[in-house]
Amino acid sequence: MRLSTPLKNLDRELARFHGRLKIGAIMVGLLATALLARAFYLQIVQHDHYIQRAENNRISLVPTAPNRGLILDRKDRILAENYSAYTLEITRAEMASLEQTLVELGKLIEITPGQLRRFRRLLSESHEFETVPLKSKLTDEEVAVLAANRYRLPGVEVKARLFRNYQAGPGMAHVVGFIGRINDRDLKRLREDGRDQNYKGSAHIGKTGLEQSYETLLHGRTGFDQMETDSSGRAVRMLSRIPPVPGKDLRLFLDLELQAVAEHAFGDYLGGLVALDPNTGGVLALVSKPGFDPNLFIDGIDPETWKELNESPDRPMVNRVLRGIYPPGSTIKPLMALAGLELGLRKPSDSIVDPGYYSLPNSRHQFRDWKAGGHGVVDMRRAITQSCDTYFYRLAVDMGIDRMHDYLAKFGLGEKSGIDLDGESSGLLPSREWKQRRWNKVWYPGETVIAGIGQGYHLTTPLQLVTATAMLANGGKRIEPRLVQAVRDPLSHAWQARPPVTHAQVPIDPAHLDVVRAGMMDVMRPGGTAAAAAAGAAYTIAGKTGTAQVVGIKQGAKYDAKRLARKLQDHALFIAYAPAENPTIAIAVMVENGGHGGGTAAPIARAVFDFYLTGKRPGSMNLEANDAAAD
Amino acid sequence: MPPRTSHWIVRRLSHLDGMLLLLVLAVLGISLAVVASASGQSPARITGHLINIGLALSVMVVMANVPPHILSKVGPPLYAAGVVLLIGVALFGEIRNGSRRWLNLGFMAFQPSELLKLALPLMLAWYFQRNEAILRAKHYSIGGLLLLVPFLLTLRQPDLGTALMLGASGFYLLFFAGLPWRAIFGGATLGAASLPVVWGMMHDYQHRRVLTLLDPTADPLGDGYHIIQSTIAIGSGGLFGKGWMQGTQNQLDFIPERTTDFIYAVFGEEFGYAGAIILVGLYLAIVARGLIIAARAPTLFGRLMAATLSLNLFTYVFVNMGMVSGILPVVGVPLPLMSYGGTALITLLLGVGILMSVASHRQLNKT
Repeated sequence: MRLSTPLKNLDRELARFHGRLKIGAIMVGLLATALLARAFYLQIVQHDHYIQRAENNRISLVPTAPNRGLILDRKDRILAENYSAYTLEITRAEMASLEQTLVELGKLIEITPGQLRRFRRLLSESHEFETVPLKSKLTDEEVAVLAANRYRLPGVEVKARLFRNYQAGPGMAHVVGFIGRINDRDLKRLREDGRDQNYKGSAHIGKTGLEQSYETLLHGRTGFDQMETDSSGRAVRMLSRIPPVPGKDLRLFLDLELQAVAEHAFGDYLGGLVALDPNTGGVLALVSKPGFDPNLFIDGIDPETWKELNESPDRPMVNRVLRGIYPPGSTIKPLMALAGLELGLRKPSDSIVDPGYYSLPNSRHQFRDWKAGGHGVVDMRRAITQSCDTYFYRLAVDMGIDRMHDYLAKFGLGEKSGIDLDGESSGLLPSREWKQRRWNKVWYPGETVIAGIGQGYHLTTPLQLVTATAMLANGGKRIEPRLVQAVRDPLSHAWQARPPVTHAQVPIDPAHLDVVRAGMMDVMRPGGTAAAAAAGAAYTIAGKTGTAQVVGIKQGAKYDAKRLARKLQDHALFIAYAPAENPTIAIAVMVENGGHGGGTAAPIARAVFDFYLTGKRPGSMNLEANDAAAD
Repeated sequence: MPPRTSHWIVRRLSHLDGMLLLLVLAVLGISLAVVASASGQSPARITGHLINIGLALSVMVVMANVPPHILSKVGPPLYAAGVVLLIGVALFGEIRNGSRRWLNLGFMAFQPSELLKLALPLMLAWYFQRNEAILRAKHYSIGGLLLLVPFLLTLRQPDLGTALMLGASGFYLLFFAGLPWRAIFGGATLGAASLPVVWGMMHDYQHRRVLTLLDPTADPLGDGYHIIQSTIAIGSGGLFGKGWMQGTQNQLDFIPERTTDFIYAVFGEEFGYAGAIILVGLYLAIVARGLIIAARAPTLFGRLMAATLSLNLFTYVFVNMGMVSGILPVVGVPLPLMSYGGTALITLLLGVGILMSVASHRQLNKT
């Protein structure tokens, strides 16, 4: 017994061990089943879901930005083009110390204070993970140095990029405008228009000028590459590709050489000029002086240069043709005369005796003529030729402000011309209703008197003046001015003309129009206010001078241009078309502080006409013109 | 080759268990293929893996030739050394990744907790063998104490994963040694009750790992990323997988640690559910063979070691696959015989060698 007990015990121990082995085996079996059940769930039940997620991991859409359309003048000379160059770009999120990196970079390549300032401004406007350019247009040498040192500069990249170049220079800046980096405001607008997808690969967008107004055509359609990417987002290979569609090219009516002639004709003066083909509305030249270098803006302008441009008293950033508003002065007189005839208030032969002033009935206030002592006996034609104020004071009073407003409105005054540029001003065409609404005041008869010679509340842009002038030239057909004459499809390379936008024809009695036109032709002949500017011309010009007052002149005081500082001198205005018999060009010129229109503005118009109609350049600019032709 | 040498070699090899060897070689073969794919056919990785396999197999052959009664004598000194080193770590250890696990020996960094993975079962098996005839409650209490000391020291480091694996291997041994059910259920109840206390003692990163398991999508770029990407890999494999070297999650670098801890994700993606069944089947066969060896072992030491080592291997398999397929928290545990890495492979085949020794020294011991 005693001997068997431990043996029995050991047998029982062994039996218990075998029992526990079975329990262990069962546990193992259960857990293995759990693993396989999980695998079954993932690989069979949820397979479709996970295969989709694996595909999403693997495949990414990489946008490829389209080439921006070119902007060409009427002879296909390039105004805006693309070129590719290397830029140095920085992603702040990827580096430990931005300052340290900048110091290191400064040792490798030259970084100017201006570039640094611009970089910091861009940096402050962008998110940490965005890539910001530090220096563009790297030389081959700089690219090589940076490539060799890339390994120790995380977050620093050298990228090949398409750039925009405005080689036509400051003179074309107000027409072509510029592109700039897409900012939050642009992005918001793109999103609202549902266009943001198309800008996935683009860094730039048109900010001003044609670049802005034709953005949708110039930009093109973004393409997408379907790429296989690894977990760090690096592209491994391309799976498929939707190629980008390049933007459309624009051909302008504008002639780069004519533009250069016009700009040159201004000499030292500032101001604006716009010339149209009165039959098509095509803008042949559009000058706003001073201009600026649009290339400065493409990758963000450095704050100091911007401040300089923005705070300059010459206001180089303001397009005077679009946004400069001035009293039209005497340039309104041809329209006033036509209104008088059309409304039956005057016959061409109706004459007045001009004592040199006009007074309203029951008033002793004298509205003075520009010519002390008056013009004597004046009929309509002579009133235009000599720009007789007294004649038009009286006509205005007979017409009344409301009829004046309604008639002038037919010629586009007080309303945007509709040119294919953004930001145009609509000027101001006063009326009784307007004054009530704007100032809550009644209209005074004296205000009608000065409105008759384009003073007082009247405000017009050079663009409005040229539109109205073109209507005088073409017989009342109002065509909206436009810069772009045709658009080229990037795939078919075919040019497609842009149709003009024409308003309802203003019915004008041809006999009435002839009287006004004859008056305007006389302006350019001996005895007229701009006779000197037309001397020796091989064609006839019809024109009208004007003066936009800068400072009011007190009653009884005598205006002495010489005594005023140049900045206080009046702006000179001139409108004209030529050849008078069969007009092919209409022009409006505004010379800031140019004094009388006949003296400064008319000669500028003459230079433009000469080149446009006869190909003659001003003698002093042959050298520059040759340069322009060579471009 | 002289006949005597060849005779010696044959004798040494005769201790290998043919069935076990075949199964182990099968899994190692799969491992080689998957490591090749996961490393992008890196020659360095493949030769490295081959060298590790060779080394580990040699260790296995050596261990298979060490008789169990000699092996059992190694237990106490190895255990003592391990515990002393663990205390050393607690006092002078190096901190890496926020926990004190490494002991710098001058020429190498060393984790004593790794040593205890084998030393603890050896110690306990030696202890129960010694007291085989007079086993009473006292012995289980002392056994429990022997388990608790390295467990708590490892937990303090803190290294929850290793501590749990250590605890599991100790528990298996106690279980097979006949730990009364009362004690098991009592301990389980006590453990469940103390869970909130343990949670309070756990470190933030440990909390995060558990929470990430509950909802991996809550932090898809942080802790959840690994689990999300590995489940995508496995799930997208489907029934038959995308094919060897064809896994996009693998080839495009979406699977983290894909030659080591997450190798099952690569395998699941490229070989699918069918592959998973075969792999789990192979593991089950290895465990079954180990349990059979345990059942037939002539001594208590052999029985306990064989059974514990078999269950231990499966625990690693379960914890790793469970983690990679998203049903267990992320614990740094390699997949036995599959993951790249010399230390783990050598430790594992050392265990397999012990299994073979137990199997082959049956008759010898009985005589």
